[in-house]
Amino acid sequence: MVERQSPLEPVLHPGSHGNFEHGVEIILSETRPGSILQLAAWPGQEKALMAGIRTVTGLALPDGAGGGVTDGVRSVFGFAPGKFTMVDEAEGLASAFADVVTPSIGTVTDLSHGRTAIRIAGPKAEWVLAKFFAIDFALPAFPIGAGRSTMHHDVFAQIQRTGADQFDIYVFRSFARSFWKALCHASEEVGYEVQ
Amino acid sequence: MLITCPYCGPRDVIEFTYQGDGNRQRPQPASQNLDAWNAYVYDRLNPAGDHNEIWQHSGGCRAHLRVVRNTLTHEISSTAFARGDHNSVARHRAEDKS
Repeated sequence: MVERQSPLEPVLHPGSHGNFEHGVEIILSETRPGSILQLAAWPGQEKALMAGIRTVTGLALPDGAGGGVTDGVRSVFGFAPGKFTMVDEAEGLASAFADVVTPSIGTVTDLSHGRTAIRIAGPKAEWVLAKFFAIDFALPAFPIGAGRSTMHHDVFAQIQRTGADQFDIYVFRSFARSFWKALCHASEEVGYEVQ
Repeated sequence: MLITCPYCGPRDVIEFTYQGDGNRQRPQPASQNLDAWNAYVYDRLNPAGDHNEIWQHSGGCRAHLRVVRNTLTHEISSTAFARGDHNSVARHRAEDKS
């Protein structure tokens, strides 16, 4: 397999940055998952698709809008009615779904090369993200595993909470470098580390 | 202005795209009823009060929504998925015959 190039490469500088004299409160990293899929169910086939996701990955999606789950290696969350984003550290997840998500259930779209995954973690993660997106990042309103789709200006973003202080953000690859720079600027005042 | 998306919850209006008057009825594509086409393209109620509208949550779940907005106060009194409307081909055909 050809090695994938990251759009963040020219701007991703590992180390501590900004106002970190009093400690680092944000950790930014690119997770570079091998597979990013969009799974969509035809109307009425949502349950069949969720069962298919469980068959392939073992992840049991909760009911309800924006519900999701992660096991650290694979993650899935709903971002629209009947539509899910499915992420795996390994490549080749689309072919695993090909036989399970049949044309009568829905569609599988491989976005692995089209999205960039950015992880923001740390005690100020909620606070920094609140500067970008007008949604509620508090834990009761945005539980672990849940997903949200929203936008920062014209940068469409899908966000999954993968820990109490950790969020994975999926943005279009072509917007990723600009979005990363904006995240760095927003994190400067609390001190951030790039890993 | 906040619009409460049935999937995403309350979101700022900046995430939404206005898709036009929700009262108009599109005639069947093959229809030659010129009055029906004229009404679809040009006739608008322009009410001072509650107005049926179609919005798309383009900066979120991308669902099309049926929204009732008060044109005087911008109060949103109801939101629902518009999906069911688009599937009701039979309804459009029935109205076209009248």
